Amino acid sequence: MGVTPWYLEALRAVVGTIIIFSGVAVVAAMLGVLLERKISGWIQSRIGPTHVGPRGLLQTVADTIKLLQKEYIVPQNADAVIFASAVVIVPLAALLDYVVVPVGTTRWGPLIFRDLNIGVLYFAATSSLIVVGILMAGWGSNNKYALLGGLRSAAQMVSYEIPIGLVLITISLLAGSLSTVTIVNMQTHLWFIVSQPVSFLIFLTAATAEVNRAPFDLVEAESELVAGYFSEYTGMRFALFQLGEYGEMFAMAALAVTLFLGGWHGPGLPSVVWFLIKLYALIFVFMWVRWTYPRFRIDQLLGFSWKVLIPVALLNLVVTAYFVTVVHR
Amino acid sequence: MTGEAIAFYVLAAITLASGIVVVTSPNLVHSAVALIPALLGVTGVYILLNAEFLAGIQVLIYAGGITVLILFVIMLTEGGTGLRVRQRNEQGPIAAAVAAAVAALFVALAGGRRGRGRFRRTRRARSGRVFSARTCCCSRGRRSCCS
Repeated sequence: MGVTPWYLEALRAVVGTIIIFSGVAVVAAMLGVLLERKISGWIQSRIGPTHVGPRGLLQTVADTIKLLQKEYIVPQNADAVIFASAVVIVPLAALLDYVVVPVGTTRWGPLIFRDLNIGVLYFAATSSLIVVGILMAGWGSNNKYALLGGLRSAAQMVSYEIPIGLVLITISLLAGSLSTVTIVNMQTHLWFIVSQPVSFLIFLTAATAEVNRAPFDLVEAESELVAGYFSEYTGMRFALFQLGEYGEMFAMAALAVTLFLGGWHGPGLPSVVWFLIKLYALIFVFMWVRWTYPRFRIDQLLGFSWKVLIPVALLNLVVTAYFVTVVHR
Repeated sequence: MTGEAIAFYVLAAITLASGIVVVTSPNLVHSAVALIPALLGVTGVYILLNAEFLAGIQVLIYAGGITVLILFVIMLTEGGTGLRVRQRNEQGPIAAAVAAAVAALFVALAGGRRGRGRFRRTRRARSGRVFSARTCCCSRGRRSCCS
């Protein structure tokens, strides 16, 4: 890093931003929404979108183009600055996560935008910024449903960040590093899902809550809160929130693949293909759960995090630390 | 000017500008939100000093945690408008004078160092890698990164 001139670094950052943005927008948001609709249709014995493109494949593209043409509506007495800047924060925080996600490996080294030595901590830090955007959107809309959605989301995301953080500590302890590439390399022979099944379950549960999906989608419970914090957003602003949500969901799934499912490791196929297979398998699990379970109540939701997930995660951390420091040394 | 210096001045400008919004905005929620770019600017300075771990913790705890706590408290206790509590009192001019004096003192100290002979070694160390490596040891408490 020391030898590269700063303007090359800046250029690299710009190019990386464009690649991450377009990649996430296409792979995560567009394909994600389409998959969501197809899978929900399949689970509910419907067909799902069929008309645009072959088997409805271009439905999300058509929706995006339609959303681009819509009018921006700012509600009366809404706080215009906060209302507009919240739109930027949510997708930005979700996209920043992808900097440390290793998507595969080549002869020259792992395919990752930047292998930070604080990788996992960086992921936790950037994804914690989403809640700020959600609170700002909820408050700035000047709408009671949006505000309630924002407050619920703050309570929920702050509570579920803690079990995720504890799981991240456990895995880094096991791998001896915070770098995502090192964590993947440690799983060449044994995936961490085998040695840490409890951590995996905690992570999956907390990640579902962290990205505000059913059964933890109280933030946007449509029967109570219209659409939660983004009730008042129209057009492309709405689409950017969707991008943020799906981007964050894919980022969480990618992190779960990195931490527990051996990242790009796999026999035969190229490493990127293995990564995508595992990623979409986890995405399918997220969607399957969403269309299968009913929604929690807010007190059950918070109680579950503080009374079940956090004690179990702490216990798991202590046991892992014991094994790492005492038994194996 | 090196890229590092440019980055430092940009980050300092962001931090100061949002810091001014924090203390002058009449709206409590605006103040709390403006705290985020200020904290992120400080994070950038940590990264320039090669203290990445501290930077990560700063974002996780301050920008993502403390700010959310502040916003949450404002929205629950104050009725959610952010306008009912008076933001300033009559001590404003005195506080501004003290802040300006402290800022002038810092600038004078930083500028005065440059000319004196006995600080020359510090200055050379500050401009090179030695300073970064030293900061990095102190912030991480590890010997491994000291060369």
